[in-house]
Amino acid sequence: MGLKSGDQRAMAELYDRYSSVVYAVALRVLGDTGAAEDVLQEVFLQLWRRPSAFDAARGTLATWLAVITRNRAIDSLRKRRPETDIEDVVLSVSPDLAGDAERSRAAEKVRGVMVDMAPAQRSALEMAYWEGMSHSEIATKTGEPLGTVKTRIRSGLIALRKAFQS
Amino acid sequence: MSEHEQYADDLALYALDALQGEDRVRVHDHLATCAACRLELERLRGDAALLALSAAGPRPPQRSRLRLLDAVAREPRSARTVATAPRRSWWGWLGWAATAAVVLFALSLWQQNSALKQTLASAISQQAKSAREMEELRRIAAPIIEPEAQRVTLVAAKTPPQPQGKAFYLRSRGSLVFLANNMLPLPPQKAYELWLIPVSGAPIPAGVFKPDAHGSASVVNPPLPAGVEAKAFAITVENEAGSPAPTTPVLMVGAGE
Repeated sequence: MGLKSGDQRAMAELYDRYSSVVYAVALRVLGDTGAAEDVLQEVFLQLWRRPSAFDAARGTLATWLAVITRNRAIDSLRKRRPETDIEDVVLSVSPDLAGDAERSRAAEKVRGVMVDMAPAQRSALEMAYWEGMSHSEIATKTGEPLGTVKTRIRSGLIALRKAFQS
Repeated sequence: MSEHEQYADDLALYALDALQGEDRVRVHDHLATCAACRLELERLRGDAALLALSAAGPRPPQRSRLRLLDAVAREPRSARTVATAPRRSWWGWLGWAATAAVVLFALSLWQQNSALKQTLASAISQQAKSAREMEELRRIAAPIIEPEAQRVTLVAAKTPPQPQGKAFYLRSRGSLVFLANNMLPLPPQKAYELWLIPVSGAPIPAGVFKPDAHGSASVVNPPLPAGVEAKAFAITVENEAGSPAPTTPVLMVGAGE
């Protein structure tokens, strides 16, 4: 049927447009190309099976895919069952990230904010985000109080937000 | 510390799936009842998404594309249709393959626009309701507070008109309306001053007023502390600027009815 082949062409279009974002996130978390390819496959298949999970009113597809990918990659890294259903990933992003150029500029800005961040704060945020460590695991690893770790992670996220408000 | 502040740090961890155990359950339960924290969670996830987008790396190998498209071709269409039954229209748009991304972006704008319109309509409706209520209150209160209203005080026949005041006091809000009739004319630079006499403590100034040519006057919501229990209200004559404490004998006094 024409419709069916049309759907597949749509999937190919979406893949060509967003696979770089998804693969980069998966590879950043997993550090292994084979495992990253598996997550890439899983994320796009989820989109194929449940396109309604993406709410276009909140952010762009690229952002949503990046978040879903990070979550799935962390689940894979930690060898745990998915913590968050993709339908529950509701997020609000203020900067315009619709185009490749905007996303590229935003990524550059984020990298700049991370470089400027105090090392202990950057480290706490990266352990939580890219390694999927809980705050108590981070506290144990760094020898810092739980409250300090919590506050560092939150203020790190807020620093990113502020960078896009100014 | 407000209720929301106490969840602030935990919300950030929750947004990253980095909160575990009882803390996670506690935040999860709170989110079910707190719209402000749900909104902040969305923002924090958005902040974290920026971090995700900052990842850079090589393009995926070509075999990944083939693998995905092969899997997509083998997925039975019926299963997909059942899974997306409530929002099938999404797939209708997806069928227009060449412009899928553009359509998604347009849909995003349209939905945002719709949401804004709904919010605006709701705000306008609420404002109209408030305006109607305010107009109704003005209509009811007009014979009492409008300067041109005709005021008539009825007393026993053959009794000369006596100065009279009525105070309406809502203690919880510190709100007071005072109306007076038949007040005698004042000497120059003098005014009547109304006093709230509390159950204990000194009289509290409750407004300065001068009667009009007919002896009528009103004081509406003078600055008063909320929650003071009034034992009585009283009137003295003071300098027209008012006085922080009574300096002349009480001319009129009344306790609660």
